[in-house]
Amino acid sequence: MAGTSMVADSSSWSTALVKISPYTFSAIGIAIAIGVSVLGAAWGIYITGSSLIGAAIKAPRITSKNLISVIFCEAVAIYGVIVAIILQTKLESVPSSQIYAAESLRAGYAIFASGIIVGFANLVCGLCVGIIGSSCALSDAQNSSLFVKILVIEIFGSALGLFGVIVVTMYVETCLELFSPDDDLLNEK
Amino acid sequence: MYGFEAMTFNIHGGYLEAIVRGHRAGLLTAADYNNLCQCETLDDIKMHLSATEYGPYLQNEPSPLHTTTIVEKCTLKLVDEYKHMLCQATEPLSTFLEYITYGHMIDNVVLIVTGTLHERDVQELLEKCHPLGMFDSIATLAVAQNMRELYRLVLVDTPLAPYFSECITSEDLDDMNIEIMRNTLYKAYLEDFYKFCQKLGGATAEIMSDLLSFEADRRAVNITINSIGTELTRDDRRKLYSNFGLLYPYGHEELAVCEDIDQVRSAMEKYPPYQSIFSKLSYGESQMLDKAFYEEEVKRLCLAFEQQFHYGVFFAYMRLREQEIRNLMWISECVAQNQKSRVHDSVVFIF
Repeated sequence: MAGTSMVADSSSWSTALVKISPYTFSAIGIAIAIGVSVLGAAWGIYITGSSLIGAAIKAPRITSKNLISVIFCEAVAIYGVIVAIILQTKLESVPSSQIYAAESLRAGYAIFASGIIVGFANLVCGLCVGIIGSSCALSDAQNSSLFVKILVIEIFGSALGLFGVIVVTMYVETCLELFSPDDDLLNEK
Repeated sequence: MYGFEAMTFNIHGGYLEAIVRGHRAGLLTAADYNNLCQCETLDDIKMHLSATEYGPYLQNEPSPLHTTTIVEKCTLKLVDEYKHMLCQATEPLSTFLEYITYGHMIDNVVLIVTGTLHERDVQELLEKCHPLGMFDSIATLAVAQNMRELYRLVLVDTPLAPYFSECITSEDLDDMNIEIMRNTLYKAYLEDFYKFCQKLGGATAEIMSDLLSFEADRRAVNITINSIGTELTRDDRRKLYSNFGLLYPYGHEELAVCEDIDQVRSAMEKYPPYQSIFSKLSYGESQMLDKAFYEEEVKRLCLAFEQQFHYGVFFAYMRLREQEIRNLMWISECVAQNQKSRVHDSVVFIF
């Protein structure tokens, strides 16, 4: 097998890691993609929301404009959902002899890595947008000319989540195109 | 971890911080003070204040107003806002907010004890107490004859109990001892508050340690100046200084041996922040020192609002409101006594 030929000692850590089924890796990757993205979005929304509610008591005019901050945070969760759906369409069942073939391992690791990429990019993006949104609400309550300027900072912050989605989209396309249903390996039993 | 409060502060403190910043926006500005300084009577003042946030509190007052009524209603507004915030707060913010009022409790205790010594009526004294510093058994203070009884009867159940360990003596209460008691209590309170803020850590610790250090240093200077020429010994004076702040410990050594204002000035001028305060006064003059200290305090309190996600904004807001009430009291007194030329002697503009 491809994995065990790399190491002499059959009880080393690298053997253990290689023996984990690629199905596991891809499932965990998809779980991280959606779970951690939603964590980031929720974190950002509560940071913004609590400041927005408090500030809107004395300055009710800020409520409708500052919902943009909440929408930017929500977008982060949507990125996570989209990527999770894309990733799960790449899942294929392989015959059991092919589970540890190089292409299967590569596909499994690719989906795992994609999940981590998009999950953690969205986590920090959600946090970033949430904290800026909180400061934006408080500043807007005091001086309404500051809103648009702080919004520009927020737009730059929300681009971080987009970077994760772009990388993952390109990654799954290039990494998984080799593994198509017409491949000889699959037809071979 | 300092710097990462932004991630978790808003869970418990986000709403209240936004509320306190909204209250800050309602503080009177320089334009309001200019209008108030040009008033001729107290009714004019009432009319100008009704356009600000004090409106609902003053509008039901009958026409011959007294300055004490104006001050009382403005203080009532502060108390309402404080109580609203306190009942919404969770730990540790609720403990922090309670710490802010212990200074007023100490002042109330001293007020009642002094008043009883001078044979005043307890009810009259209770009305003069600051509402933020009231506690349940405060009226019983009038019964105590010396400090040990004071502690045993009343204060052991209040939050001030731990501050008494340094000043329980069996001496009778007279004016000098009461002042020493007040300063000893306040010293213990400031040190306790300082330790509490250091325990909270992060931005709160940094900002509050700056504000409390300034408070400790200001009290040290005031104690020194007030005790020049009295029977207070140097050792007693040194015992009243707090053990933190910019002046600790070397500044305290110098202040303890000062015998007149010029020596105080030369001791303080070694410290840049205080040098700029003392340079505003000419030699031998100490009346403007209070105002100079208030101005410096207001500057530092306003700076506390520049940073988000810490508790210092609550302390700063309460202090700024108290300064505003002091300003209103001064303006009302000047207008009521027809001394409008002296109005600007003691009004500190906040914005």
